[in-house]
Amino acid sequence: MLSFLVKRLFQGIFVIVGLSILIFIIARIVPGDPARMSLGPRAPQFAVDELRREMHLDKSLPVQYFYWAEGVFRGDFGKSINTKRAVNTDIREFLPATLELALLSGILFIILAILLGLLAAKHHDKWVDNLIRGLSYVGIALPAFVVAELLLLLFGYVWPIIPVLGRLSPETGAPTHITGLFTLDSLLTGNFTAFFNALAHLILPALALATGPLFQEARLLRASLVDNMGKEYISVATGYGLPSRVITKKYLLKPSFIPVVSVMGMDLASLMGNAFLVEKIFDWPGISRYGMNAMMNKDLNAISAVILVFGIIFFIVNIIVDIIVASLDPRIRLGAKS
Amino acid sequence: MTKAQFKENTHLYWYKFSRNKLSVVGLCIVLLSVFFALFAEVATPYPQHVKAFVDYSQAGLAPSKAFICGTDIYGRDIFTRLIFSFRGALLMTVIVLSISVPVGVFLGLIAGYNHGTWVDIVIMRTVDVFLALPSIILAMAIAAVLEPGMKSSMIAVTAMWWPWYTRQVYGMASSLRNEYFVKNAELIGASRFHILFREILPNCLSSIFTKMALDVGWVILIGAALSFVGLGEQPPTPGFGQMISEGARYMPDLWWMTIFPALAIAFIILGFNFFGDGIRDMLERGR
Repeated sequence: MLSFLVKRLFQGIFVIVGLSILIFIIARIVPGDPARMSLGPRAPQFAVDELRREMHLDKSLPVQYFYWAEGVFRGDFGKSINTKRAVNTDIREFLPATLELALLSGILFIILAILLGLLAAKHHDKWVDNLIRGLSYVGIALPAFVVAELLLLLFGYVWPIIPVLGRLSPETGAPTHITGLFTLDSLLTGNFTAFFNALAHLILPALALATGPLFQEARLLRASLVDNMGKEYISVATGYGLPSRVITKKYLLKPSFIPVVSVMGMDLASLMGNAFLVEKIFDWPGISRYGMNAMMNKDLNAISAVILVFGIIFFIVNIIVDIIVASLDPRIRLGAKS
Repeated sequence: MTKAQFKENTHLYWYKFSRNKLSVVGLCIVLLSVFFALFAEVATPYPQHVKAFVDYSQAGLAPSKAFICGTDIYGRDIFTRLIFSFRGALLMTVIVLSISVPVGVFLGLIAGYNHGTWVDIVIMRTVDVFLALPSIILAMAIAAVLEPGMKSSMIAVTAMWWPWYTRQVYGMASSLRNEYFVKNAELIGASRFHILFREILPNCLSSIFTKMALDVGWVILIGAALSFVGLGEQPPTPGFGQMISEGARYMPDLWWMTIFPALAIAFIILGFNFFGDGIRDMLERGR
């Protein structure tokens, strides 16, 4: 297990370095001079030349990459053209909001998917199962940004019962900063007004992100459960006279969850891609909206930083999924040992 | 293959494809979409509305007999603009897949056949890097740094799409290279080209085609997402995502500006997904 993790860690570092090269290349294919872009069209030529030297743009590409990567390694992404601040400061400010959204959305779809999957498997080929199958088609066909717009239409105008924009209502003060996750901070400080307000703001964007993966995973879990129900070891356990509750708990659930967990990890990751659009729609002040704005303004430092941060998050999620799968599946765990 | 055999095979394929009735529904949607894309000028009531057309006397009309999906704030027929969006979406899919699939398959074949050598390492580690993030994030970044437009979004999606095929073909090629028929070809001195394209590739084709059929929906979805943030078709040319984001600004009064494009996206993606499932049943499930 340990050697398996070490191997994954090395792969991950390799991928992150590769990603940084890729980002660097993307940032350099932009037509135009980065120095001129950050100073504006009316700046005098000597100032541009000076900035070019300062940004090492007069050196060759590999040397430029080296300077850039060295800064990144120290955690210095340079300044954002958009916010006129260090990209670092921006990331620290905006990342918690996205983490909070992704976490809640992940919890939401995982719990609901498990419940619906169990329900569908228990009543397979009955109307409940068919209903969930029908909904899963809707989940596939409606991209997260469309779901988000529809939710906005429904809860913003037709039936305005919950707030639709931002993280907190203006009259509710932000809770004392501990983790940056408003719901967690307000709970820790006992500020329940802020907690319920933050939660109400979270629900719609989280729901928009969760809808797609939710039904697909319920379907997957259902298929996996029904598949395993027909396996011989279940028949043996039944023939042995074990109560069905014991069979389900002890023998059926664990193997059925293995394929679902890997897909859940992938969906949790792709949820972050969708967050780019959903945060923009709900005006959620997270790092995805920040990245989106950076892209629209060709703010290269910010774009590189956001992509790299997402690469690292993606990698961490994958490692966690690997650990869960390995702990569920002895074949992987033992295979890695030998 | 004789004519009778060919007929029998066609029957068999159709039987496997049509076992699931949803696949047939999917096929109908696909055919309808292709028809709309090809003959949009004839199939729509107001083809002039896809260009810079303004008629404020009929702006913001609710769905009626004359405009079955209503009109937008410039008085353009939404139905017409949606049908023309099928063209953009399908064109994008065709171009993205016809470039990324051959490239991805070729690299996958080379990497798989040279399993364990530096060629394998270079290609597959590059693939890992491209797949280290949800494709949509890098695609948006690439499309954003280029000039916004249909061409840039196609380049961006193509750049993100080939690694999936490389990874898939790599897996198959690296196990097929140990099969007897490949060893045999090597022994009698067949060329590398022959082994890659005549011995290994034919065995990968059915799963490549299946993946392509299942990918169409995804490409349309990513294209719609790019167009939603303004990185796809530039106005006045319509695109699904662009129409939704424009409609969202006039909610809730002009709700039809959002709802109908949303339905159109769901329609086309669902259709291609059902169709893709049918192709999978036809090519990969049981003989």
